[in-house]
Amino acid sequence: MISLLYEILNTIRRNKMRTFLTGFAVAWGIFMLIVLLGAGNGLKNGFAANWGSRLINVVQIWGGRTNIPYAGFQAGRRINLDDRDLRFTSTDFPGEVNFVVGNVGIGSRNISCGTEYIASDISGVSPQMMSIEGLKIDRGRFVNELDIREKRKTIVISRRAADVLFKQKPAIGRHVNLNGIIYTVVGVYYIDDRQDATGSYIPLTTAQVIYNKGIGVSNLAFTLGTTIDSEETNTDFTNRYKARFARLHQIAPSDNAIWYWNRFSNYLQMSKAGNFINIAVWVIGIFTLISGIVGVSNIMLITVRERTREFGIRKAIGASPGKILRLVVTESIIITAAFGYAGLVCGVGVTELLANSVFTGGDRGGRESISIFVNPTVDLNVAIQATVLLIVAGTLAGFFPALKAVRIKTIEALNSR
Amino acid sequence: MIKLERINKTYYSGAPLHVLKGIDLHIGKGELVSIMGASGSGKSTLLNILGILDNYDTGNYYLNDVLIKNLGETRAAHFRNKLIGFIFQSFNLINFKNAMENVALPLYYRKVGRKTRNRMAVEYLDRLGLKDWAHHMPNELSGGQKQRVAIARALISKPQIILADEPTGALDSKTSAEVIQILRDVNREGMTMIIVTHESGIANLTDKIIRLRDGVIERIDDNSGHDASRFNPDNIK
Repeated sequence: MISLLYEILNTIRRNKMRTFLTGFAVAWGIFMLIVLLGAGNGLKNGFAANWGSRLINVVQIWGGRTNIPYAGFQAGRRINLDDRDLRFTSTDFPGEVNFVVGNVGIGSRNISCGTEYIASDISGVSPQMMSIEGLKIDRGRFVNELDIREKRKTIVISRRAADVLFKQKPAIGRHVNLNGIIYTVVGVYYIDDRQDATGSYIPLTTAQVIYNKGIGVSNLAFTLGTTIDSEETNTDFTNRYKARFARLHQIAPSDNAIWYWNRFSNYLQMSKAGNFINIAVWVIGIFTLISGIVGVSNIMLITVRERTREFGIRKAIGASPGKILRLVVTESIIITAAFGYAGLVCGVGVTELLANSVFTGGDRGGRESISIFVNPTVDLNVAIQATVLLIVAGTLAGFFPALKAVRIKTIEALNSR
Repeated sequence: MIKLERINKTYYSGAPLHVLKGIDLHIGKGELVSIMGASGSGKSTLLNILGILDNYDTGNYYLNDVLIKNLGETRAAHFRNKLIGFIFQSFNLINFKNAMENVALPLYYRKVGRKTRNRMAVEYLDRLGLKDWAHHMPNELSGGQKQRVAIARALISKPQIILADEPTGALDSKTSAEVIQILRDVNREGMTMIIVTHESGIANLTDKIIRLRDGVIERIDDNSGHDASRFNPDNIK
């Protein structure tokens, strides 16, 4: 075996051009496949990252104005959301609606503590808002049920606000002034890909009482159940929900009087695009791989043909066909494996480079960064499988022409040019 | 050493061509024999059969008392490696191996270690006066040098017979004489040697001349006196 390797190394060393051409086809195929798959993964991950930790199956509704006169009402009537909407939403669609939260938007107010202040969008929310908006707790806690029940004057502020108001000092338990009303800070939150989030959250009931909303809410949000998992079920649900809503508020069925925003529809579109990219990348990748295989086969075909005479000589001085076959096949395995590995390393190198380059949003803070490429790397298993596939293909590409060459009678092989 | 009994060989590419028509031949150990004949007389076919490079249809071929018949490629390769050394008109050196590696190649197929076979190869090259060229590639050697490398390669496996197919066909007359002298020297050390040639000058230097004509042995001349000149009246029909 060592002797065989020496023999092959000798052949490779003396036939550099041939070796390089064979190897290049392999290396290039693997390299392109990995870079393509990496770029595709990067795009897909970019999509996913832009969703962040927010729930994807969220529907939000805001009130609006009617456009069509209906049931004795004139057009232009304002539709306000309130507890009744929360109630029917949570009871009338079992299995389709998981949890419903109301939300009171108070608008931008100054929060101050001593001489420091920051402008912040204040919302009255339910505890579930945390997962809907994908908030993460840095310190303390989010608004909880007790806050809601007792209409406590608690507030959850953003990391940015905590930095401004309290500098490095602890924020939890401190009091802040919100337009003349004192709130206790119970938590500090952050959002992964939005370093500049400054909104603050107070209990929904507190907001309703203090800011004269009564039972009204400015918007309501709910999550969809797992039965809604496709475009069809999603559309069907949306239509039924809107009809139910229209009946309650006496809106013409054809009137778009509310703002209905479904994150899930967006998600479906995005994941459709993601799937498309995925398929496109794989198709291109596979064709690249095939072109690599064809390249290797071509060169092996020519190589073996060129070596027919050499095989004849070897056979005349005592090489059995099996030994020649082994020589060729081992040589092609060594070449494709070595260059395949090189292509693999280069490809992974380039994707890593890409992963750390300007294309990727990453966590460089600043304004809300939308990432095009996130982690554009390839599953190493896929890369290795592709390399192995190409090695197998290269081996077969060497094997069959070699088999043919070996079957040529020695005397004819000797006389071949 | 070599015994052929009623060897027949027909080629079937297109119209059947009966090349060898019942060849009976006996060559003893240590003989220096030439096979002569016009092109198409079957001399190359005969040599290929002797060298186990080609099969024959009927008859028997004994080499060293072993019946060589219908061998598979692997067995044939084994016998060639063990029993036969080849010298070709076109040298048939592997062009990406240097002289030493070419000479050592038969030993590779005998599983001789790399160092041993390279050392032996240099020894054989030395015997043929090519020690200084051991690391030259074939394209850096002259025709005569290439043929001497090929002779070294044929000898290194210590075969029973050496088959030379027009060994001087690609060489000028001076080099031809040198090469033939080497072959004669090798023969003098006891090696059985069969040379196919169409040059009577070359044949005249062998001890026995087998004249082939249209697939049959026309005549076997004893040439121990080396007087088989074409001008010898006995040889003119």
